[in-house]
Order: sequence, then structure tokens, then C-alpha cells
Amino acid sequence: MKLHEYQAKRRFAEAGIPTPSFELAETVAEVLAAAESLGYPVAIKAQVKVGGRGKAGGIELVDDEAEAEAAADRILGMDLKGYTVEQVIVEEAVDFAQELYVGITMDRGAGQPVAMVSEEGGVDIEAVAERDPDAIAREHVDPAFGLHPYQARRAIVEAGIDAAVARDVARVLQTLYDVWAGTDATDAEINPLMVTTDGEVIAADAVCNVDEDALFRHPELAEFEEEEARDELERKAHEYGFDYVRLDGTVGIIGNGAGLVMTTLDLVDHYGGEPANFLDVGGGAKADRIANALDMVFSDENVDSVVFNIFGGITRGDEVARGINEALSQFDEIPKPVIVRLAGTNWQEGMEILNTDLVTVEETLEDAVQRAVEAAAEVAA
Amino acid sequence: MSIFVDDDTRVVVQGITGGEGSFHTDQMLAYGTNVVAGAVPGKGGESVHGVPVYDTVRQAVRKEDANASVVFVPPAFAEDAIFEALDSELDLVVAITEGIPTQDMARVNRRLREVDTRLIGPNCPGIITPGETKLGILPGDIFAAGSVGLVSRSGTLTYQVVDNLTARGHGQSTAVGIGGDPIIGTTFIDTLRAFDADPETDAIVMCGEIGGEDEEEAAAVIDAAIDTPVVGFIAGRTAPPGKRMGHAGAIVSGGGTGTAASKIAALRDAGVTVPETPADVAAAVDELL
Repeated sequence: MKLHEYQAKRRFAEAGIPTPSFELAETVAEVLAAAESLGYPVAIKAQVKVGGRGKAGGIELVDDEAEAEAAADRILGMDLKGYTVEQVIVEEAVDFAQELYVGITMDRGAGQPVAMVSEEGGVDIEAVAERDPDAIAREHVDPAFGLHPYQARRAIVEAGIDAAVARDVARVLQTLYDVWAGTDATDAEINPLMVTTDGEVIAADAVCNVDEDALFRHPELAEFEEEEARDELERKAHEYGFDYVRLDGTVGIIGNGAGLVMTTLDLVDHYGGEPANFLDVGGGAKADRIANALDMVFSDENVDSVVFNIFGGITRGDEVARGINEALSQFDEIPKPVIVRLAGTNWQEGMEILNTDLVTVEETLEDAVQRAVEAAAEVAA
Repeated sequence: MSIFVDDDTRVVVQGITGGEGSFHTDQMLAYGTNVVAGAVPGKGGESVHGVPVYDTVRQAVRKEDANASVVFVPPAFAEDAIFEALDSELDLVVAITEGIPTQDMARVNRRLREVDTRLIGPNCPGIITPGETKLGILPGDIFAAGSVGLVSRSGTLTYQVVDNLTARGHGQSTAVGIGGDPIIGTTFIDTLRAFDADPETDAIVMCGEIGGEDEEEAAAVIDAAIDTPVVGFIAGRTAPPGKRMGHAGAIVSGGGTGTAASKIAALRDAGVTVPETPADVAAAVDELL
């Protein structure tokens, strides 16, 4: 789960990392009032959970009220990479001499956290990593002990950070690790970590992504969670508790288990169709859950056909079949052709239960996907 | 022969009194697995499907000679359960639990370096040596004994591929679900090496998916050190960047690492056949055997 810049920044500030003063605003009037109290110049920054906000026109530095009004009017409500900007922060402008980068992430390959420092902040750090991997100093952290102070010092020396600010940067890195660990973050980043013309170190941006699997022990983060969902369908998926990703195609896909659902998407593509979504009903799905899944996919107006692929381990074919019958019997006319393939536990019973007036049944995954791709093409034609 | 588990494996089920633990204990017993004990704090003295329950894993080891555990404990308590298993001198721990926080697994991963116990999972369907034993939730009846070793990051995709293999007459020596999380115990590389050393595994099927670089690293090892022929399959060619596709580990990063294209290319460079459909995976095994 991504936090907004302002949410991450508040957490960093509470932990003791210096940040510029800022206020959250949702209207032009609030922006102007905030700017007035902070004093010009200020930065107006769109609060949407995507990177590259500056390049996309979501951040503007303004010197006076007229500029602030124009910028606020433009940014509030704008579409930024698919997200509507509903909130901005108004932040005191920082007079900086240098932009650094510090971050903590989980190194999957090593199975341990890694702390990173670079002199090349203020730009896309992944681009830096690709162009010049040595420009980023890295220290792997033993999670039993945390980031040792010597490691922070060593990373800073290796990154070539000016000795005059080394102690302050080390303190920021150490604190950032503690926030990362204490928040169950997957990534915590400050980019840029600015060095001001007065030699102060200050976090001009803040990124904090939290491990969704750890939210059970962070009730304080629960309030941020509901903002996650991006559109109506994703909100619905969240409510139903499905793993769901919306795509651009016309073949709706429902299945069980991440790997098999991904494979079904790939097969749709392989047979010349375009997947409309990833929807994993999970293990052991009962009839009502199956009905909810159908409801979800039917309510996507891009969908022209639906392929339902269940390989039962703990999920039972007869339960799935009952759910499909139940969901489809509610319609006078089935809104979109549904192709079903059941395998594994109780699949024969499931096949017998399925009402073939309502669905098309196929025995193999490949046949089911091909049929669904054809059905979508027919609807489109 | 087989890898990691066989007739001599004696299992303690951690979380045996829970819904899943109890159901799958019954299924494992029906398959012929030696489930010798359960371990649940505060439930010592009870029994589940005739299996005695102890308060601690240590008691299960001392009294019933358990040498492997299967973990069905909920995510919030799974780290502790795995640490307990790692501290009980077992040969193998299979963690089925889905949704264990990644930082918990980083601590487990660190502990694993200090002990001789093998961890499979978490977030995995388990391991099966057909006709002998299964530890986990795999549906036993789709498997058949044979000479194909299978290793996969995904549960239901494993079932699909096994179904295709069995239908074509290719039984399995052992099938291992290594799990879909970012940090796991046993890796592709560990499993590939074990299959390569097993005289009765004549071909290996490896099912990977998007996210991380484990498949690329495995490809390098296949190229350098694995003599047994390998057929590969990678799920997630159509996955968009930045979206978690169900599994916590199945995500193409914004920076473009972890793509299916990179994994398929790495495997093909290592001489591995990588078909596009599960049915073609089974057909490719035909060519090898």
C-alpha cells in the first residue's frame, strides 16, 4: 500500500527527520490561505500515488498569490496519469545547494533489507541504477540487529557525500531504517534529500510503501487504505476481497490461484484475444464468492466474453458450478457469453450440475480460452 | 527415488486444530502420509483424526520422532511457528500459510542460514512424492509416480501442468511448490540441484512467474551445472508493470525487472525449452523422454 507524500512525510517528521513545513489543501482558497501563512515562495504539489509528478505537471513553485491561484486552479482536479488530483500540499520552498538520495528497500534476491545512498538525488533513481550502478552505495542489513551506525557511515563515504553533512545524512538514514522497520514498509525513500544553501539536510519528498500483509499490526494505517482503490471496479474487488487487476481487453477472466490466472491471461493473448482483467477468487471459494466474481466481471463494460477456469485443490468443482448457476439464473438474458472449464476436486460433479443453457462447457484450458476469444470476437463484430 | 520427502518422513502438523490444518491432516492421512503429531499451544493432550496433539514441536519430536513439520498457522503467528520448527532439529519445514509479512520472512531467512533445516514455502501448496507421501494441500489424485521432477512457484498452475503430464503418461518423481512470496526458503536452484542428483528424475519441469530474478539465476545454474534436461514455463507475459498479480512476489517492478520476457530469454539462452501453454509443456517432455 502506497502512502501519499504528506502521509509519509508526517511519519518521517514524527520520527525526527527534518522536513519543510507544509499544509494540506483541497480548494484554491485553502491553498492561498496556506501559502499566506507559510510565506512565499511555496511549492504546490499534487497528492497522487504515482511517481514523476513533477514532469507530469503536478508540482509548481510559485512566488506570489496570483501565481499560486493559477497553479492551484490548474492542479486541483487535473488528471495525473489516470488519477484525479483532489488534494495538494502547500510547502515552504527550500533553497537547496544539492540533492541527495536515501532509501531502504527489501532486496528479494538476498532476502534482506538494503540501505542505499546516492549523491545523484532529485532524478529517477531506477534510471541512475541502470546507467551507473556504482553511483548508489548499498549496505545490506541484518534484520536481527538493524542498520549499524558504521554501515550508515560507510554508505555515506562510499557514495561520496560531502563530509560537512555526513553526520546529518547518517542520522536521516538511521531514522529512515527505523521507520521502515517499524512501519512494515517495503520501501521508504527520500528523493531528494536536499542540502540547503545553509548546509541543513531536509527531506523534500517522502515515499513509503507498506506491506499489505502486515496491515493487521498497523491499525494506525487503516484509514489510508480505502483510498487505494482506483476505480469503481477496483473498489468493488476490494469490498469482495478479490485479487483483481483491471486491464484493457475484452475477455473477462476468473480463476483460482495467481499462477493459473496469469497463465489464463497469457493464453487469451496467445490465441489472439486481449485479457480484460486478472481476477483470482482464491482458494476454497464457495458459491456466493463465485457469484460475486461473475458480478464483477459483468459490470466491466469492456468485457465481451468470460472464461471461468477453476482447478480445484481446496476449491470444489460442485461449489463453483452451483455459484455459476445461481449467479446466472438471476438474469433473464445472460449479459455476456460464459465459458467454463472445471478440473481437479469434484470436477465431474461440477460438470453435471452446470446448467448448459446458461454456459458453454469446455474440458481443457486451451479449448476454453479459444472459445472465449472467439466469443469476444463475435460480440465485437 | 525422490527428493526431500519419502515414506520415512514423519510429520508434525503445526496448527492441526484449525480448519485448514484439520482438513488437510485428514487428506494427508488418506494419501498415506505419516502424520505422527500435531502441535498447537494450549491444546496438548487433544487428538485430531486420531493424531495426538502436543503443546510444542519439541514434544512432538521427542515423543513421536517427527522429522518434518507442515505449518498451517495464521499469518500473524506464522513467523513464531516457523522459528519454533527451526529450533526443533527437524529436517524439513513446509509453510503453507499465505500472507506472512515480508519483514517476518527476512528474519526467518536470516535464521535459516544458521540451521540445517530446509524450509519450503511459505505461501506454497507443499511437496508430494506420488505414491509415498504428501506434505501440504496438493490434491493427491492428479499425481502419478514417475520420473519427471516438477518445481513451481504457484499452486494451481502446478496442478494444471501435472494434469497435463499425467494425462500424457508422465508421472512425477517429486513435485515441489516453492511458493509465491518475495522471500522463500527453498529456491528453484536448490530444487534443480536436488533433482539433478536424483537418479530417478529423468526430466525437470520448472514453472516460474513474473517478479524477482530467481528464474534468471536458476537459468545460469541450469546452463552451468544441471545435466538433467529442463522444460520451463513462465506465467505473466501479459501482466502490466507495477501491479501485484495475486502473489505478493508476482510483480513486474516499475523499473522493468521481473518481466516474463527476461525470464523466458534467460531460460532459452540456457538451452531450456519454454512452451507457451501448459499442454505444450507436457508435449515438450515427450520429446525429452
